[in-house]
Amino acid sequence: MIKVEKMKILSQKEIAEYIYELELQGPLVDEISMPGQFVHIKVKKANDPLLRRPISISSYDKNKQTMTLIYRATGAGTIELAQQTGDLNVMGPLGSGFPVEDVKGETAVLIGGGIGVPPLYECSKQLKARGKKVIHILGFESAEAVFYEDKFKALGPVYITTADGSYGTKGFVTDAAAQFNIKADIFYACGPVPMLNAVEKLFDKIPGYISMEQRMGCGIGACLACVCAVNGPELYKKVCTDGPVFPKGELVYG
Amino acid sequence: MDKLRISLPGLELKNPIMPASGCFGFGREYSQFYDLSLLGSIMVKATTLEQRLGNPVPRVAETSSGMLNAIGLQNPGLEKVMNTELPWLSQYDLPVIANVAGSMVEDYVEVAKNISRAENVHALELNISCPNVKEGGIAFGTDPEVAKELTAKVKAVSDVPVYVKLSPNVADIKEMALAVEAGGADGLTMINTLVGMRLDHRTGKPVIANKTGGLSGPAIKPVALRMVYEVSQVTNLPIIAMGGISSAWDVIDFISAGASAAAVGTANFVNPFVCKEIIEELQAILDELEVEHIHDLKGRSWKVGETANYRA
Repeated sequence: MIKVEKMKILSQKEIAEYIYELELQGPLVDEISMPGQFVHIKVKKANDPLLRRPISISSYDKNKQTMTLIYRATGAGTIELAQQTGDLNVMGPLGSGFPVEDVKGETAVLIGGGIGVPPLYECSKQLKARGKKVIHILGFESAEAVFYEDKFKALGPVYITTADGSYGTKGFVTDAAAQFNIKADIFYACGPVPMLNAVEKLFDKIPGYISMEQRMGCGIGACLACVCAVNGPELYKKVCTDGPVFPKGELVYG
Repeated sequence: MDKLRISLPGLELKNPIMPASGCFGFGREYSQFYDLSLLGSIMVKATTLEQRLGNPVPRVAETSSGMLNAIGLQNPGLEKVMNTELPWLSQYDLPVIANVAGSMVEDYVEVAKNISRAENVHALELNISCPNVKEGGIAFGTDPEVAKELTAKVKAVSDVPVYVKLSPNVADIKEMALAVEAGGADGLTMINTLVGMRLDHRTGKPVIANKTGGLSGPAIKPVALRMVYEVSQVTNLPIIAMGGISSAWDVIDFISAGASAAAVGTANFVNPFVCKEIIEELQAILDELEVEHIHDLKGRSWKVGETANYRA
């Protein structure tokens, strides 16, 4: 069930350049059903910024009723969000996430680009808890933008790439996947659309899931702002309610 | 006495609050949050003869206290709306206002004829003001003669009263109001969105794929209020007002400007409970103002005499 509630801000800190980690607490966490879901945040009560901001859930702890969000504070709303203390008006959980039950095969590769990395953390934790081997390929702009390397390392191997070569392998995540000859039985990916397209092509022999991002209005499927083109009779799907996670092969890349 | 109950052509409403078209789908999504029977009415998503896929993405962009959208009338088409969406809504005690759109006169007439016969559709809202489609839409809403003729043709086939949704993107909205009144309109809904745009600072290119979009939200309330104030003084048609309404006091403002009812749009995205909360707060405000009925405030911004003396 979707809740709208005031969640308590337990902590908020900058963990990489412009990247903030926000820990929230409240009963809304009880409703989270899978990794990769997101919440829609009203960053402050005033009319400006007006709309809610969709932010993916990076990890959650049902016992403590806590969840961690990681976001990049470079727009008007997220810069404001980074200043907030006390409590926060949160709507969620929203959307369908990464399926981790009944996954066939031994090994999963998780591929993230920039601010697409966060939802993969909970996904990886849950796969690992179900006995899967997890491999991570995480791409960033530069060394300053890298985050959560150690947290992912605690779960399985991590390959970092940077666009400028200032850390890890120079290039894109797909370059590293090819260079290190990564083999897996399933993939999970979240990041910019060109990256998702490249990942689907590179791992065309195995099943996989990708998580999409789009500018949103309502976040619950009413306003039809965040659609994406899909194969199949319906032609368009809503990122907020049909997604944000879609099975491989469903999206039409423009 | 029920302070909020109102009567408009085709519409006996328990209160004057309804979600605005395009901001509430066909109600399904918001039914997760509260009982839709609490609403006065519902203006459902624009319906066209055939399914429409809408515009490319991005379709929305935020602006100061507002939002630009260019959805492009995405909807499942008349048949699906008649067979699936309207029957689903009939489980609620909720008169529906069906928003009718098209790219040719014949489309409007065909949709209006059919949808006005649906059991729970109590009125039509003729959408001659959508700024985001290449053909039709706003083209019908900026020329008084064209708007009048379209209104008359739709009126001739509709089984229920016809309200015409006016565009603010005209030099004189009063002229448009009088034209559709002459065409036989039973009421007005106003305003649709104002055409605007936002550029990416770095690239200098429009943020929305459609380049321009319709501006809504609190930013446009002063414009909408002024237009309702002007139009309500020159026509006898009842007005359902919309444009930046997000609180019960906003509703009071629009009633004071001359509207009979109010629709809430963008605010639903910010707070999914907003319509329900406004209805609850309105009752309390009317008690505080010692008003017996909400329509006692109607037009007090320009009327002389006792109705102008309420404290607010």
